[in-house]
Amino acid sequence: MAVAKKDQALIVTVSPHIRNDETVSRIMWTVSLSLLPAFVSGVYFFGPRALYVTALCIIGSFFSEWLVEKMTGKEITIRDGSAFLTGLLLGMNLPSSAPFYIPLVSSFVAVAITKQLFGGLGYNIFNPALIGRAFALITWPRAMTTWLEPTAAFVGLDAKTTATPLAILKEGGMQKVIEIFGDKMNLYTDLLIGHRAGSLGETSVIALLIGGAFLIYKRYITWHIPLSFLATVALMAWIFGGREGFFTGDPILHLLSGGLMLGAIFMATDYVTCPSTRIGQIIFGIGCGLLTILIRLKAGYPEGVMFAILLMNCFSPLIDRNMKSKVFGLAKEAQK
Amino acid sequence: MALLTFKGGVHPPDHKELSSGVPVKEASPPSQVLIQLSQHIGAPCKCTVQIGQEVKKGDLIGEPTAFVSAPVHASVSGKVVALMDAPNAMGKMVPAVVIDNNGKEEWTQLRDNPDYMKLTPEELKEKVKDAGIVGMGGATFPTHVKLSPPKEKPIDVAIINGAECEPYLTADHRMMVETPSEIIEGLKIIMKVLGVSKGYVGIENNKPDAIAKMKEVSSGETNIEVVALEVKYPQGAEKMLIKAITDRDVPAGGLPMDVGVVVQNVGTALAVFEACRYGKPLIERVVTVTGLGVKSPGNLRARVGTPVRELIEACGGFNNSPAKVILGGPMMGFAQYTIDVPVAKGTSGVLVMSEEEHSTSDKYGPCIRCGSCIDVCPMGLMPSMLSILSEKGFYEETKGYNLLDCFECGTCTYVCPSKRPIVQFIRLSKSLIKR
Repeated sequence: MAVAKKDQALIVTVSPHIRNDETVSRIMWTVSLSLLPAFVSGVYFFGPRALYVTALCIIGSFFSEWLVEKMTGKEITIRDGSAFLTGLLLGMNLPSSAPFYIPLVSSFVAVAITKQLFGGLGYNIFNPALIGRAFALITWPRAMTTWLEPTAAFVGLDAKTTATPLAILKEGGMQKVIEIFGDKMNLYTDLLIGHRAGSLGETSVIALLIGGAFLIYKRYITWHIPLSFLATVALMAWIFGGREGFFTGDPILHLLSGGLMLGAIFMATDYVTCPSTRIGQIIFGIGCGLLTILIRLKAGYPEGVMFAILLMNCFSPLIDRNMKSKVFGLAKEAQK
Repeated sequence: MALLTFKGGVHPPDHKELSSGVPVKEASPPSQVLIQLSQHIGAPCKCTVQIGQEVKKGDLIGEPTAFVSAPVHASVSGKVVALMDAPNAMGKMVPAVVIDNNGKEEWTQLRDNPDYMKLTPEELKEKVKDAGIVGMGGATFPTHVKLSPPKEKPIDVAIINGAECEPYLTADHRMMVETPSEIIEGLKIIMKVLGVSKGYVGIENNKPDAIAKMKEVSSGETNIEVVALEVKYPQGAEKMLIKAITDRDVPAGGLPMDVGVVVQNVGTALAVFEACRYGKPLIERVVTVTGLGVKSPGNLRARVGTPVRELIEACGGFNNSPAKVILGGPMMGFAQYTIDVPVAKGTSGVLVMSEEEHSTSDKYGPCIRCGSCIDVCPMGLMPSMLSILSEKGFYEETKGYNLLDCFECGTCTYVCPSKRPIVQFIRLSKSLIKR
């Protein structure tokens, strides 16, 4: 009978026999998509150079991934979107004025050294894009802190250089910042839409928030890290950020400037390098916030988000080990 | 009122529509049955028949050798033609009795008892034991053992598990729609045996007709409550069901009786009723035959020992070429290499999956620590860490991540974007650690 013949071909595996349709590459490409609004505003404010710098980063990432995997005889994974995302994030973290070798070399540092040499996807300790940027900042401090004034779209290549709001704040205080931007409302509006000097993808807070909301809606990230990170920065900035004593700082300026939004929403939430339990993520976010403010207020750099996240990356395994999830039916104290 | 539930879980596409509207049909008795002598958790039965012996329906063919065991009965009338070892659903060789059906459908002497509610708890329990009833949701734990909690564990709640959270399966659903009073009677017997005053029937909210029917027939019972549960796998896992309905946490490593609860499946309750009312042993059960790989999915009342092949044929046969035949549901069921495997007391479904329906994990990537598995684990474990440790051979270290609390529901594996065989890694660790 017909049934008997087909008997031979049955597949035998252990349960479960169904999977959902989520894949790593879908996550990577979706996160990349969520960065699109911020990237587009970067191109709008900083012109074709923004596109050029980011493209070089992505090409460098693809090449580095391919090269190491080829050399080590591993499967080529450049299609999974992970290298693309690293390249895109790195590009958005660079000034649009960066000369061509900075994106190329730092993307190699990000993908080949930080990710692949540590074992590839899933095994890196540090956020690859941020290590790439840190390498560039330390190696080429001048080029990495030369900021072009945002020009509303493609006017010309002779844009003037200027300082970032955080650098102005560090040098001249709140008064000076307000003086340059006209008044407080102007300042906040410009910061929200991204009309200020800075890394090419970090300036438009509103575009970054749209991307973040999309990721939270898609459940690719949760509020735990971004919110605890941002809230800590706001609180600490308010308490310690003013020149007239405690509780005179401007939390809004701190929230809207520098790489904070990009970092809190897209960099600190990197699955591989952040803790995996909710409570661990909140601790991680608070740690990032404290270090950011410490660097912004007391260290030599005007901005501290990058170093804050990288330092907290070191603690992720430790946090994970000590902040395990709550086991059903087990008293908290009974858990090892 | 918000639906009752637990923390974690997922809702895979359940495809219950394939068979949920199809009434239970009597499967024609097979010409030959192969009845395993170990259809339960516990000691296998000792065979009580010889080759050539004539048996009637309901005759004892295997008697228990220990307390945690359950007798096995002939499901057809006819002649014993072979005593042999045959593979069960898990592929393990177990002793079995082969009976040729003489087609006469003669029953053994059954003791009808319309006044069964007047029996003492001990007498009722004896009837359940003699009928060979086991947990019919798939776990197959002998029911009389569950009904015999030790004195130091007082029980105050009995729950009938009508969650049927496994995708595709609809056997329990149909029973609740078609024989609701019998199930409630079964619950009343269980409550009487246990001496409890509160009974619940927990049903996932995707079976509104079953909820309505069960509510209707239990409306006169003041101490029985039918509750709607959120549609989420594994809602029907005992610990999750108890949490949802009573908000009690069964302690890690513990049993439901540690929090004063006994849970029984819908089919079990029905079998308990039939055993006490009619003296009928467990020789048949409702099986869902479903999946895109079968022509006309449905629900069949099949004799224990019927080859799965005959049930598939009764449902129109295969649709194109089937990829997998699974006994049970897609989340925890067992894939078969042959369809000659027989229906056992714990066979809730025969799922024939087409090539597009099923998924295997022959290729997987590294853990990207996205935490999806941690979010959905109903036991609050960190499956990601368990899988990484197991993959690298650190089996002992998995104990520090509460390996033994995992009941292998597979939810973690279902959601993993890297398609990692997480629950398989967990099983590997479980088998290799020193206990």
